[in-house]
Amino acid sequence: MAKSIKLRAKAKKGIVTVKALMSHPMETGLRKNKKTGKLIPAHHIQEVTAKVNDKLVLEGLWGGAISKNPYLSFKYKGSKGDSLTLSWVDNKGQSDSATTTVK
Amino acid sequence: MNRRTLLKRSLAAGAVGVAVSAGLLTPGQVLAAYPKDAFAAKDVGSALKAALGSDSMTASGDIKIKAPDIAENGAVVPVTVSTGMGDVESISILSEVNQNPLIAVFNLPAAEPYVSTRIKMGKTGNVVAVVKSGGKLYSAKKEVKVTIGGCGG
Repeated sequence: MAKSIKLRAKAKKGIVTVKALMSHPMETGLRKNKKTGKLIPAHHIQEVTAKVNDKLVLEGLWGGAISKNPYLSFKYKGSKGDSLTLSWVDNKGQSDSATTTVK
Repeated sequence: MNRRTLLKRSLAAGAVGVAVSAGLLTPGQVLAAYPKDAFAAKDVGSALKAALGSDSMTASGDIKIKAPDIAENGAVVPVTVSTGMGDVESISILSEVNQNPLIAVFNLPAAEPYVSTRIKMGKTGNVVAVVKSGGKLYSAKKEVKVTIGGCGG
């Protein structure tokens, strides 16, 4: 599960805008497999955290109703050169993270 | 991740790689407990009670929801929530018509009150944004017409 996160961050007038794209199936657990009629088990990201210079700035708790291959954008007060880390954990315990430097 | 990829990545990316890998090994430490009940709740009120401890909200004009009036595909509805309020602790996004209305809770210990993401909606209905500010809940709604549902099979 290495490169599942695309992360961009740009500083402008003291505000850093972060845009992240993760690749994940985001199964709700409510969908049925058309052939077998069985429910497709839930498999979605539960927790997303963003840290700047090791300090928590945002924590997202997600259900299955976030779209497939989730997109997340947020802003924080910061500046160029900040080290930004975004990580996620899903309901199966898989996880990934990415780090970028704010431009 | 196994040891081999860890080593490879560390070597390739140097110090940054090590930091990321170290972060990977302890992803759950700082997180609040995941409110499973809240996401399994079948109506807006009980979802909010489970997630935020209360469902008494005040409608506020100071919350901006940016979402399309008509979404062609309910599986991908872009939603942006922002507010001019200060002291915002969290922003939650719900859809009144989904089987499990609660979509996401964003806790914002140090971020600006702005989040943008993409959600699934089963059918036409209201997107509800709930902002927790100074211990109180404020909400706003916006109707999104969905032409193809996103939660069906």
